[in-house]
Amino acid sequence: MSEKRLLLGDEALALGALHAGLSGVYAYPGTPSTEITEFIQNNPLAKERGVHSRWCTNEKTAMETALGMSYAGKRALVCMKHVGMNVCADPFMNAASTGVNGGLVVLSADDPSMHSSQNEQDSRFYGKFAMIPMFEPSNQQEAYDMVADAFELSEALQLPVLMRFVTRLAHSRAAVKVNEAREENPFNPDKDLSRWVLIPLNARRQYAKLVSLQARVEQSAEDSPYNWTENLDGKHPLGIIATGIGYNYVKESAPAGIPILKISQYPLPVSKVKALAASCEKILVVEDGQPFVEELVKGILGADYPVIGKLTGRTGDKANTIGRMPLTGELIDGVLPRMGELTPDSVAAALGLKSGPVFSPAKNVMPRPPQLCQGCGHRDVFAALGFIANEFPDSRIFGDIGCYALGFLPPFRTIESCVDMGSAITLAKGAADAGMFPIFCVIGDSTFTHSGMTGLLDAVNENSPITVIISDNFTTAMTGGQDSAGLNKYEAICLALGVEREHLHLVVPVPKNMEEIKAIIRKEMMYKGVSVIIPQRECMQTLGRRLRRQKQEKES
Amino acid sequence: MHADAGPQAPPPETGEGIMKLDIKLCGVGGQGILSIATIIAEAATEAGLHLKQAEVHGMSQRGGDVQSDLRLSTEPIWSDLIAKGGADMILSMEPMEALRYLPYLAEDGVIVTSSKPFVNIPNYPDEAAVLAEIDAMPHSVRLDIEGIARDNGLPKSANVVLLGMAAPFIKLIEPQQLRAAVARIFAPKGEAVVAANLKAFDLGLNHSQNK
Repeated sequence: MSEKRLLLGDEALALGALHAGLSGVYAYPGTPSTEITEFIQNNPLAKERGVHSRWCTNEKTAMETALGMSYAGKRALVCMKHVGMNVCADPFMNAASTGVNGGLVVLSADDPSMHSSQNEQDSRFYGKFAMIPMFEPSNQQEAYDMVADAFELSEALQLPVLMRFVTRLAHSRAAVKVNEAREENPFNPDKDLSRWVLIPLNARRQYAKLVSLQARVEQSAEDSPYNWTENLDGKHPLGIIATGIGYNYVKESAPAGIPILKISQYPLPVSKVKALAASCEKILVVEDGQPFVEELVKGILGADYPVIGKLTGRTGDKANTIGRMPLTGELIDGVLPRMGELTPDSVAAALGLKSGPVFSPAKNVMPRPPQLCQGCGHRDVFAALGFIANEFPDSRIFGDIGCYALGFLPPFRTIESCVDMGSAITLAKGAADAGMFPIFCVIGDSTFTHSGMTGLLDAVNENSPITVIISDNFTTAMTGGQDSAGLNKYEAICLALGVEREHLHLVVPVPKNMEEIKAIIRKEMMYKGVSVIIPQRECMQTLGRRLRRQKQEKES
Repeated sequence: MHADAGPQAPPPETGEGIMKLDIKLCGVGGQGILSIATIIAEAATEAGLHLKQAEVHGMSQRGGDVQSDLRLSTEPIWSDLIAKGGADMILSMEPMEALRYLPYLAEDGVIVTSSKPFVNIPNYPDEAAVLAEIDAMPHSVRLDIEGIARDNGLPKSANVVLLGMAAPFIKLIEPQQLRAAVARIFAPKGEAVVAANLKAFDLGLNHSQNK
């Protein structure tokens, strides 16, 4: 039996994983990956089976917990946005050495164009780095189908498998044909215990095993039903290698008959690349993200074979201009832009096709950046902090990842850093070590438990003169209101980390408390040690949803 | 008086021979453009059409500009995104947001938009200039959908008024099919909600058909 359902790429992957016998999803919310875990949390089959789907504190705990489930024989899925891969890189890399028992699939959702991210890093480098199989679906149906194959391959090779999404797949909807659900794996703890003990003695053996598996890993991509060639007969002036959703843009506009190698499973199948090269005079590489395949193809085909893509091929551009940015600040693009996501327009242009706008941009349009919600507690925090900071021109306010990063924009213009999860506290400490004073840092509740607690411990241990503001809205707000791992525990956490009772304050950020909050900030900023102020008020989005739900329950 | 539509909307046509329809849906975060997409998608699926819909999630929902590419076709669809110059319709909950996507509009494409500015930025352009620029386009229709919805006691259904306005231009789906989809989508919320949204749909539809 099969039926068709209209699903986001994220939802297709989630359902595919459930139907492949998933026993647990482990994730920290992050755009564009959040909907995978949310789908599983709300799915009836997942509820009936008791599939684990509660949010994790961060991507590292997620990866390790999933590996533990795999150890016990069950199938586990880890989901995150691309920068989450940095957070869990340690267990991710070492899981390739231990290998897995139950199937382990790691989903990383990249965000070319940085719609909701601080960089464009391409997760495929991580897959190659860890020497494991990797899938890159080109559409929602493949996302659904592939995850079952990924679990099978993971168990066949006893390796974790990486799946790479991009925003336009994660957040695009299409009809997906779905199958019946496979049973979960039985509880079956690994009998081979030594491979999980990565002391050098065992780690050398395990790494040798990983290296020796590479021929099978490569063969799996050569034989993959998701990699194929089209129109390979005869000799052609141009052939295209299109990976993931890049294939769709090529199919949208490429002239009929042009040879195409479609790639959705890695390692890059070398024999297929060579076959394409043999029947073409030049190859265009179309991939969403960084020029991962383009560089590999250059290596496979050698310097004399013309390969164009994001690095080379610009009109009049004879030199190989790998990512070089001249002093003028102009980006060196290839035939495709070096930065930003692929579009049907950029791919059509790379193919030399005439297309583009009919109408010019409108005259009466202004940017409309996102804003903190009306009534949001962060607004009151920034109002108080901005007021005090103005009294001390030498003060600095370090910020972090979350809605409150909008504190950089008018009308607040308050925060002065936003680098990575948890960095507000540690950047502030480092600046304090260098002599900066006074210093504030603003971090959200969920970001604090994700990666801020360890930095606070460092600051406490050295009695660093910083004033930490944990702006607590009881949720992970920016990604839509997921559970916050430290809910109702922030005061206890800070005390346990050694923050002094008299320098720890809980306040409610509403306008009527403004003078009290300002007075606390003014006092604590002068303290030559760690102070923590925790403004606590529910996120307006989750509050609105809660009140609507209560009203509905009352009516029914 | 809310019937302040632009001057040159093309006459509604039937669906014969039309193979695809690409819609750029836009507005301001929180205005409900994804609900419109859900209804069109429901009708398109029921009609056996192929569909792709790229959405925007995350931070951009916080009062910023939002857009969604909705592609319908009798044939399989490749790209999730609409190319510049390719949109058959810009369907907007806000007039300045409709203008933002002009480079995506096809030569014979139509703009269907609310005429009521949503002003949450200090430098919002002159309202009359925004509306004049919309009216200067070859094909456009605009209406104060929030005013119409409010005056008819349907304050939560402005987006469905807009859908009704767009219905005659969604050439792959009959207005009645869209209307039926409105009823199906709102059915779980009870008969009163269904009736309100059908009324909203008809208000928008009549506006476009009586031009």
